[in-house]
Amino acid sequence: MILKKTFLYLVLLAIVAVMLLPFYWMLVLSTQTTTVIFQYPPPFWFGDNLVANFMQVLQSVNFLQAFSNTLIVSVVYTVLVLLFCSMGGYAFAMYTFPGRETLFTILLVTLMIPWTVGIVPWFFMMSKFGWINNFLALIVPGAANAFGIFWMRQYCKQNIPSSLIDAAKIDGLNEWLIFFRIVSPLLASGFAALGIMMIVGSWNDFIQPMLILRDNSLHTLPLMLKYMQGDARRGTDVGALMLASTMAVLPLLIAFLSASNYFMSGLTAGAVKE
Amino acid sequence: MSRVKTLGFWSTFYRHRVAYAYIAPFYILFAVFGLFPIVAGLAISFFRWDGVDPMRFIGLQNYFRLLTDGLFWKSLGNTALIGLISHVFILGGGLVLAYVLNSKLVKFQNGFKTVYFLPMVTSAVASAIVFKALFGINNGLINFVIKSMGFEGVDWWGGNGDFVKVAVIAMFSWQWIGWNMVIYLAGMQAISHDIYEAAEIDGANHTQVFFRITVPLLKPIILFTVIQSTIGTLGLFTEPYVLTGGNNLLGGTDNQAMTVMMYLLNKAPYGNNLYGFASAVAYVVCAIIIVVSLVNMKLFDRDETASTAARRKK
Repeated sequence: MILKKTFLYLVLLAIVAVMLLPFYWMLVLSTQTTTVIFQYPPPFWFGDNLVANFMQVLQSVNFLQAFSNTLIVSVVYTVLVLLFCSMGGYAFAMYTFPGRETLFTILLVTLMIPWTVGIVPWFFMMSKFGWINNFLALIVPGAANAFGIFWMRQYCKQNIPSSLIDAAKIDGLNEWLIFFRIVSPLLASGFAALGIMMIVGSWNDFIQPMLILRDNSLHTLPLMLKYMQGDARRGTDVGALMLASTMAVLPLLIAFLSASNYFMSGLTAGAVKE
Repeated sequence: MSRVKTLGFWSTFYRHRVAYAYIAPFYILFAVFGLFPIVAGLAISFFRWDGVDPMRFIGLQNYFRLLTDGLFWKSLGNTALIGLISHVFILGGGLVLAYVLNSKLVKFQNGFKTVYFLPMVTSAVASAIVFKALFGINNGLINFVIKSMGFEGVDWWGGNGDFVKVAVIAMFSWQWIGWNMVIYLAGMQAISHDIYEAAEIDGANHTQVFFRITVPLLKPIILFTVIQSTIGTLGLFTEPYVLTGGNNLLGGTDNQAMTVMMYLLNKAPYGNNLYGFASAVAYVVCAIIIVVSLVNMKLFDRDETASTAARRKK
């Protein structure tokens, strides 16, 4: 039994090592010069070129600009998603109205359609709207999405007692007040989990920004990294590229690690339970 | 209900206006940004169109050209191979990990979960840049390990392109195993502990419990992840694109890592301007997704999963 457990721990720890290795390697290379990186054997431990790499990042791209672009897009998008999806999920969970089942089935079916089916007309719509090089193209279309509504509906069903809503109605509160004063606070950890999912998705999104944001000054972090990777004129400075990658992923990693217990329990509580 | 029926459509609507207002944003946005492009895409796929000149109706020609293009079949084959091998780890590995972490066999479950989930919160572009370095030919960590075991270093990116897919598969699996693990964990936590206890009393071992109890009870959730994975795999783009250098959408040496999504975007709007042709590609890909999903539903015993899903809605 003890042998079996030790083996199990060893396997789990080996997987931990595999999962963490790319992060470690990224950090190590962030502190090395390109010359050292291209030596054999490659460096395994941190070097002393961090500051120089940092200066190189600032010199070759406008990191702060890309960072604030990413922040604006992902925060505005996430706030809208939380608002619209909690309203929609709440309505599906707590109200009875004609057509509810049909409308919800339609919503579930849309989850099964990949958005890329209509990618060509979608792209044309964006240019007709004047939304090429415009953050709105990345924010508006998904602001009320099927996944979020489905998810918030599950969450509402488990966490909002209908007696509470009835009591509030008897007290004469109108529907908006009930939603914002009584329901919203009960959804806090649901908001946190869905919010993390949405902000992560938007922060790291690559295909849509690649199609929409053609102007360098509007680049989000993934586009900036891609630009640095393909910057043939300067020759790729691997150390700087690794440091820029680290700087692009660190904010989310820190946010996730500090909220991970909260997030994991929110995710597993709300996700697929009946 | 009968009273509602006697009311007119508009008064029914008015009575439930709050609920309709709450769910309206989704249907409006989906109609404009989802449904309309999907319908228009079908129409465009019957035309030759470069985006500027007038459209010219050519019937099914785009589809014929697509289905006779060897590169399309190659990219489809690449995508299928990458998807199938990766999902042994992503779905199979995710399921086993979830089982181990859900049974009380080990401690520090939250720690393990968090680490396994980390790649999910990491930008695919950044990860791909790191994986490209890991798989570096002369100075990558992987080749260092291979060489120090006394073998020849592998030419991951060049040669005849045999090994290009390995890096894509490695990265794809690394990224997604944690996400599926978390979904399965959520499903497993919904399974009553009484069932496990009863199995334990009956003397079932972990392999038996896993295959006879956990997997069958998780069927609907496994089906859900399989369908989501099908969609995800056929949309696979960022990883192979950045791993193969990001200069074009051709998937590296001998197109060995060209996925259907790269093939599509290479036609339009990112590479060329073959908008009608690209729409045809999008529709064929969607058809493949639907067929694969239907086959999976059949395989997973359609009756059971469909009816439980329907029951759950009520």
